[in-house]
Amino acid sequence: MNTDRVGYKYRIGKNIGFQALITALACGCVVPLIFILVYILKAGITKINWHFLTNLPKPVGESGGGIANALVGSIIIIAIASVIAIPFGILCGIYLSENKKSKLAYWSRLCIDILQGVPSIVIGIVAYFWLVKPLGGFSGISGSVALAIMMLPIIVRSTEETLLLLPDSLREAAFALGMPFHRVILKVIIPCGISGILSGVMLSVARIAGETAPLLFTAFGNPYLSTNIFKPMQTLPLLIFNYATSPYNDWHDLAWGASCILLIWVLLLNIFTKLITRKWKVQL
Amino acid sequence: MESTIVKAINYNAYFGDNHVCKNVNIEIPRNTTIAVMGPSGCGKTTFLRGINRMHELIPNATAKGQIMLNNEDVMEMHPIFVRLKIGMVFQRPNPFPNLSIYDNVIAGYKLNGIKLPKAEKDKIVEESLTRVALWKEVKDSLTKKGSFLSGGQQQRLCIARAVAMEPEVLLFDEPTSALDPISTSTVEELFHELKKNYTLIIVTHNMQQAARVSDKTAFFYMGELVEYDDTKQMFTNPSDIRTQNYITGRFS
Repeated sequence: MNTDRVGYKYRIGKNIGFQALITALACGCVVPLIFILVYILKAGITKINWHFLTNLPKPVGESGGGIANALVGSIIIIAIASVIAIPFGILCGIYLSENKKSKLAYWSRLCIDILQGVPSIVIGIVAYFWLVKPLGGFSGISGSVALAIMMLPIIVRSTEETLLLLPDSLREAAFALGMPFHRVILKVIIPCGISGILSGVMLSVARIAGETAPLLFTAFGNPYLSTNIFKPMQTLPLLIFNYATSPYNDWHDLAWGASCILLIWVLLLNIFTKLITRKWKVQL
Repeated sequence: MESTIVKAINYNAYFGDNHVCKNVNIEIPRNTTIAVMGPSGCGKTTFLRGINRMHELIPNATAKGQIMLNNEDVMEMHPIFVRLKIGMVFQRPNPFPNLSIYDNVIAGYKLNGIKLPKAEKDKIVEESLTRVALWKEVKDSLTKKGSFLSGGQQQRLCIARAVAMEPEVLLFDEPTSALDPISTSTVEELFHELKKNYTLIIVTHNMQQAARVSDKTAFFYMGELVEYDDTKQMFTNPSDIRTQNYITGRFS
């Protein structure tokens, strides 16, 4: 066939144009992240030093001061949220992948999906009515519960999706050796899907690390260092929110530094997740 | 010892309303190789999976009747004990991808939480791998993951895993259909060796394979056990017209 008849040159040109377009758009996706990274690192990195990490914020007018209370509070609140959400999430994910068609699986899958879409501020309000009011005051633990509710859908869905990818033949191999159900799950299914489950957990931690809204009326914030989970606690996002909206330059600096720390934290978690997924991936 | 090891009495299997195995009655003698053949969807795999109660793991699947193992009804036993006595090898090699070759062989002990002294484990691993003619090939790479082996080696590893549990009966569900011809012939040679210690029940699509490896052959058609006889008799002088049609290739 004569290639000129189908507009050969025109088609090649169109092809190149299309490829250039998708490449350009792919690069476009990277730009906002790089912009944010550069901007926040430039503004925040100079504020970070050992003093900044280990000291409490100073009152207005005094320069210096740090974010030790927010760091400690964030770590405690996220740790407790993880302790609550991880077992629930993983076990629920296992149930969903093992009982694909049961009624309970259908309804819990639906609930998990809806939960994922609930705005974080609503979860904060719910935690306020469930915990803050009955306990008689703002507390770190109520913040943990609010964050745990936010983590749950991410862990459940990533666990379920990971385990669904495992071939049925694996389960059959285990059952055919006379293994009881709980051992099949604990010794075969979970070890084979561990990289996916862990990456879901890490991503959920990264996701809640920056949540502010659910903490506004649960953990509330605290200008002093507190490790009592039944008292108000400071966290990084709350500190950023409060100090960035204040009219004082010193506090703005603290907020920039804290943003930078939070960003590095989330970035490290994501990189770590990638490494774990690669290292622990079980070759099927 | 009685010569019959597995006996099915009026065995019926269902997937929901679908009647897959219809009134199967069969007696399988000890230390023989039985080939189970028939066209796709004839219920041969379902029957095989009924013997060690893997059938009921599928949602909606039910079974009626009796499967006797040494005169004990497996339907009354706990499935876990049934599966410890009746090993199974699947169509696709399925070694545990998270375990080394060594651990794959003793997976039945390790994953069931049965503690063994190191010397005994070593012995089981060497014996089982020798029995499946894999020891020489993998003895220097026992710590490597099982999934690095070739398909045929993986399948022999899976047979070793089943053999290591010292079962009385070994079930094979089309064990060579995912393998190349050379691996297939290695596995077929194995059947002759394994027969000395175990009773083998092999589901196969491949009539030549059935003729080559088995002492007796069972022919399933539309869920019924049509004919069950010595392999030689079956392939030279089948008594049922359906068997004759099948082995002469009129339908498959």
